[in-house]
Amino acid sequence: MGRRATPEVNAGSMADIAFLLLIFFLVTTTIEKDKGIARQLPPKQDEQPPVDIKEKNIFVVTVNKEDQILADNELMDIQDIRQAAISFLDNGGDGTCNYCKGEKDLASSDNPEKAIITVKSDRETSYKTYIQVQNELVAAYNFLRDRESERLFGFKFTKVKSAIATGDYKGNEERAQTKLKEIQALFPMKLSEAEAKKSQ
Amino acid sequence: MSKFNKKKGGELPAVNTASLPDIVFMLLFFFMVVTVLRKDNMLVQQKLPKADQVEKLKKDRSVFIYAGKPSSRYKEKFGTEGKIQIGDKYTDINSLEFALSEARTKLIPELQGKVVVGLKVDEQTNVGLLQDVKEKLRDLNMVKIIYITAPGNDVQQ
Repeated sequence: MGRRATPEVNAGSMADIAFLLLIFFLVTTTIEKDKGIARQLPPKQDEQPPVDIKEKNIFVVTVNKEDQILADNELMDIQDIRQAAISFLDNGGDGTCNYCKGEKDLASSDNPEKAIITVKSDRETSYKTYIQVQNELVAAYNFLRDRESERLFGFKFTKVKSAIATGDYKGNEERAQTKLKEIQALFPMKLSEAEAKKSQ
Repeated sequence: MSKFNKKKGGELPAVNTASLPDIVFMLLFFFMVVTVLRKDNMLVQQKLPKADQVEKLKKDRSVFIYAGKPSSRYKEKFGTEGKIQIGDKYTDINSLEFALSEARTKLIPELQGKVVVGLKVDEQTNVGLLQDVKEKLRDLNMVKIIYITAPGNDVQQ
């Protein structure tokens, strides 16, 4: 009863099997890259202390249910929102803001510290327009922050911020963070959201 | 001279493919590791609006809320009015609270306090629906939100 040697398993088809699996995973893979506009909602308070804000320090953007945009009491196209917001924030009407390059219009905002942008929307406004407006307003802040960070530190605010977020930043991260904080303080993002009103 | 002539006659050797399976396996493992099989079955339409002033989302501390019209295959059953989806079922605005706290318990305990709510809302949805959701989130004290968008920008500068 001599035992036969077990025949060697043919591994030639191994590559084919592996290829098949590979192709399956290639097809099903969706490398998720969720990005978006981050916001902090105002916390719930029982009694809101009345805040005295001058009307000239508020930039009101209203979007109606036809997706038309009214910014600072002017009917505006979405393309012009960014520039309008930039000139509002950068105005520096009371002269305390020495880095502002705006027109120093007395009828517009006093300084970036006080300037507030409010977005009012109708309940039937489309989400697409709403996000476009939000995006343009964030772009206005980013434009001004980029400009100041280039003047003071020689880098772009948005680039360094995203580099730190992805972990690609070369150099001292903490020092860069404090620099970013400084820039943020120059143009603090004061975007308030009024509740959507009911449409008639 | 014969020494040199001998070599000329040889055929081109076949490329050795013995390491091919190894290479393929390596690729296979890479894709297996990075693959995230879609967890939530989409019941609502998801054509996200475009934006380019965006920040990255921290995956480990986020809960998702989807909103939009019911997808085409659910249209007959659920109509065309905007709906909210959490996990893989439709959620009513009033049971949002329960659904969200359930979703929150699935995160690591250390991060549950810092939860970020990712809002994936279809671009044709009314802002009113979003407003209701935001109001509920304020009640729940989950104030950090992020509007998930698609890359790009429709606005011509």
